[in-house]
Amino acid sequence: MSLTPLQKRLLNDFQRGFPLSPQPFQALADALGVDEAEVLENLRTLSDSQMVSRVGPVFAPQRVGSSTLAALAVPAERLEAVAAWISDLPEVNHNYEREHRYNLWFVLTAADPERLDAVLARIERHTGLAVLSLPLLEDFHIDLGFPLDFGSGPT
Amino acid sequence: MSGMPLRAVDFPAVFPGPAPVHCGTHSDAASDLRLLAAIQHGLPLVPRPYAELGRQTGLSEAEVIERLERWLETGIIKRLGVVVRHRKLGYRANAMVVFDVPDAQVGAIGARLAAFACVTLCYRRPRRGEAWPYNLFCMIHGRDRATVETQVEALTLACGLEAIPRAVLFSRRCFKQRGAVYR
Repeated sequence: MSLTPLQKRLLNDFQRGFPLSPQPFQALADALGVDEAEVLENLRTLSDSQMVSRVGPVFAPQRVGSSTLAALAVPAERLEAVAAWISDLPEVNHNYEREHRYNLWFVLTAADPERLDAVLARIERHTGLAVLSLPLLEDFHIDLGFPLDFGSGPT
Repeated sequence: MSGMPLRAVDFPAVFPGPAPVHCGTHSDAASDLRLLAAIQHGLPLVPRPYAELGRQTGLSEAEVIERLERWLETGIIKRLGVVVRHRKLGYRANAMVVFDVPDAQVGAIGARLAAFACVTLCYRRPRRGEAWPYNLFCMIHGRDRATVETQVEALTLACGLEAIPRAVLFSRRCFKQRGAVYR
C-alpha cells in the first residue's frame, strides 16, 4: 500500500506527546487541517495494515511486571519448530531469529520473578536447551519515538 | 520525582496469585490495574477515547486523563502516541549490537550510544561468563543492511569503542512481535 501525505504525517508527527484532552483525534485533525473522521479512518487503515501497532502507551520495562531478554542456541534443523513453540507462549511478546550461535531471541514478560523463572524452566524442559536470560539492569534510552524517512524508501 | 513502580503484587486482578498484604490504603490499585489492562493494546479509535476507557474501567474521563498524566510524569509510561512497526514501514534491517564495556564506563558510554537517532533501545544487561561476555546492548533499525553497518561503524568510532569486544546480531525472521501482555 502506498502512503498518502496525511498518512505519513500521522505515522511520524504523533509518536509522542499525544494529546491528553477529551478529543485528542480532533486535536490531531486541527494540526493537520483535516477533519476528525478522516484522522480516525486513516489510523484504522494504518492499524489494519499493521504499519501502526497501536496508538497508546509505551510502558517502561521492569516498571510493570517482570521481564527478561532470553536467547537459545537452536540446532538449525529444529529452529522452526522451537520458534513456533516459543511464539505460542503467552509470556512471549517478541521472537526473532538472529545471526549468531544464539540464534533465537525473545522477550518474556510475567507478573513476577517467580512466574518468569517458571517459564524459563519450562522452556528448558521442553527444548532440552539452556536458556540465556539477560534481564535489564539499566535503561539508557529515552524513548522519543522513531523518526521515519520517507524520502528514499519503497513506501 | 521517580515515583513508585507499579508492582505486580499491587494489581491482583491482572496478576492473579496469593493476595498481597497491604499496610496502607490502595483504593486506586484495582482501577489502575483495570486501566492498565484496557490501554495496553492502545486507545480505542473513537472520538472520545478516554471516556470510552473510563466506561470500560469504572472511571470518569477526567480520572483516566489524570492517571495517564501521572504515569507519564513518573515514567511508568515512556511515551504516549503512535507506535509504528518498523518492518512494515520498510525498515527491514535490524541489528542488536552488543559490547563488553568496562563496568565503570558503562553508564557514560550507554548514555552516548542512546543519543544516536538510529539507536532505538540501549540497555545494560548481565554478562553470562564465556557463553555471553557482553554487558551493553543497543538496537539499530535501518532500511537496509549496508546502512545499519555504516551506522554501527559510525557510533563505534564516535564513542571510542573500536578496541572493545563487540558482536552485531542482525535479525533474520520475525516470528512474533506485539506489545507485552501483563497477566
